[in-house]
Amino acid sequence: MENNIKPCLAVKVGSMEMRNPVMTASGTFGYGWEFSDFMPLETLGAFIVKGTTLAPREGNPYPRMAETPSGMLNAVGLQNKGVDYFVNNIYNMVKGYGSNLVVNVSGSQPEDYAEVARRLAPLDGVKAIEVNISCPNVKQGGMAFGTTCAGAEAVTKAVRQAWPRTLIVKLSPNVTDITEIARAAEGAGADAVSLINTLMGMAVDVERRRPMLSTVTGGLSGPAVRPVAVRMVWQTAKAVKIPVIGLGGIASGRDAIEFMLAGARAIEVGTANFINPAVCVEIVDWISDWCVRHGVKDINEIVGEI
Amino acid sequence: MKKAADFTLTENRRLTDRFSLLTLKGDIPADVQPGQFVQVRVDNSKTTFLRRPISINEADPATGTLRLLIRRAGDGTNALCDLEPGAVVNMLLPLGNGFTVPADKSTRILLVGGGVGVAPMMMLGRVLKDNGLQPEFLIGARTAGELLLIDEFRKIGTVHTATDDGTSGEKGFAHQHSVLACAGRWDKVCCCGPAPMMKGVAAAARSIGADCEVSLENMMACGLGACLCCVEKTVAGNVCVCTYGPVFNVKELTW
Repeated sequence: MENNIKPCLAVKVGSMEMRNPVMTASGTFGYGWEFSDFMPLETLGAFIVKGTTLAPREGNPYPRMAETPSGMLNAVGLQNKGVDYFVNNIYNMVKGYGSNLVVNVSGSQPEDYAEVARRLAPLDGVKAIEVNISCPNVKQGGMAFGTTCAGAEAVTKAVRQAWPRTLIVKLSPNVTDITEIARAAEGAGADAVSLINTLMGMAVDVERRRPMLSTVTGGLSGPAVRPVAVRMVWQTAKAVKIPVIGLGGIASGRDAIEFMLAGARAIEVGTANFINPAVCVEIVDWISDWCVRHGVKDINEIVGEI
Repeated sequence: MKKAADFTLTENRRLTDRFSLLTLKGDIPADVQPGQFVQVRVDNSKTTFLRRPISINEADPATGTLRLLIRRAGDGTNALCDLEPGAVVNMLLPLGNGFTVPADKSTRILLVGGGVGVAPMMMLGRVLKDNGLQPEFLIGARTAGELLLIDEFRKIGTVHTATDDGTSGEKGFAHQHSVLACAGRWDKVCCCGPAPMMKGVAAAARSIGADCEVSLENMMACGLGACLCCVEKTVAGNVCVCTYGPVFNVKELTW
């Protein structure tokens, strides 16, 4: 009898209510329309659009990508057309997907982040912003703010004053103790933290005797980083009271449940979208089936069970 | 409309030890264009994480027949070249923008393919011919034995050849061939091959006043315009080869 009851998958992050815990990671799902031929976008709990900066950015030179064992390195470098282009040209196209719209925000100094947030604030359809203090692929800012408590606090504080709705801070794994940074973001007013961004890595073409990436180093993503991410989510969930959003190599419903048991309230799917553009739908369905199999009526029951 | 679909391999013709021609059956969207590509999931290689972008060699939505010409370049393409008939292959298709088919039937058009770059020229030549044009081909390879699908190209139009070692046609690279040096002979040149060859063809086309389109093959992850990895620097800034291309008019490029 109980098996026929559809489990409740709804979760809440800050004031953002999601129909399920599955989100798409910034920079891996474009603006959503790239994937609309493959899946109904309204099945997502939320989708996070590409990192947006105050001024347009051309990103790093090609080559920006290298395939690695169970993963890939990227060095895109936040290529985007800037926040004003998003506000004037993209927002109207992406606000009506029937899912929560989240904008990932990047900058070179705290005031840049805050100014982007200020320009997004009038757009009611943007339910949350995810502040990226963890990009390993830009020279200024980015990860620099995510590797010290003072940096994380400065950016979070500045954005908090400019942004009225849900504020997520995206953390870098390239630190000694990620829980300290998470606590700094929490103390400065973050509603949630998401982790992990990519791990810094490098690959060499031994025939050409040259680095695979134009920038030499880049960010590693994919299943190769998953155990590191699960460990950091587990540690962070025990260290903060705000929700933790888990990401890093999630490619299946099994992986999503793994992160939730370790403490994630919601999860983001990144690199897996490149290989299976309908993977998010499959993950939502698998989570639902898992709940039925395990007699879980509400997905929130299992968060942080470990 | 793009879709993800399972295809079944019906034939694997090993053209040489480096090249295989795969014939597959499946559901092909009717709007497929010459010059578009597919993203193939490589299930039979443990070391291959991402899909492999492969040019469409020929596609017939009516019969559901798709052909892919593949060069052994690494683990992923090796695994594809080793597939046996009956294998199920998942792909995303059709991706990107193809070559422009001129509306004017009197357009004198040369299709230049180097190495595995001959792949898209088959469907392009056939479609041009179906549209009443008379394309000619310039096919380049290292050696005569690696001039791929040459008999099939001859059924569509005149074929000129260039080989690095001079075993067929003119000795040298395709872009150095005399057929490209004739001022006023061509209105349009379409090209796919190694980057140095395409740059040479673009320069030759410019010097004889011909319009020129090239198909790029920058490394890509998604093939859908999301990862921003396969960018090419253009006059309009960095754009994705997978969605703005893979076919570009050379006027758009910074070559």
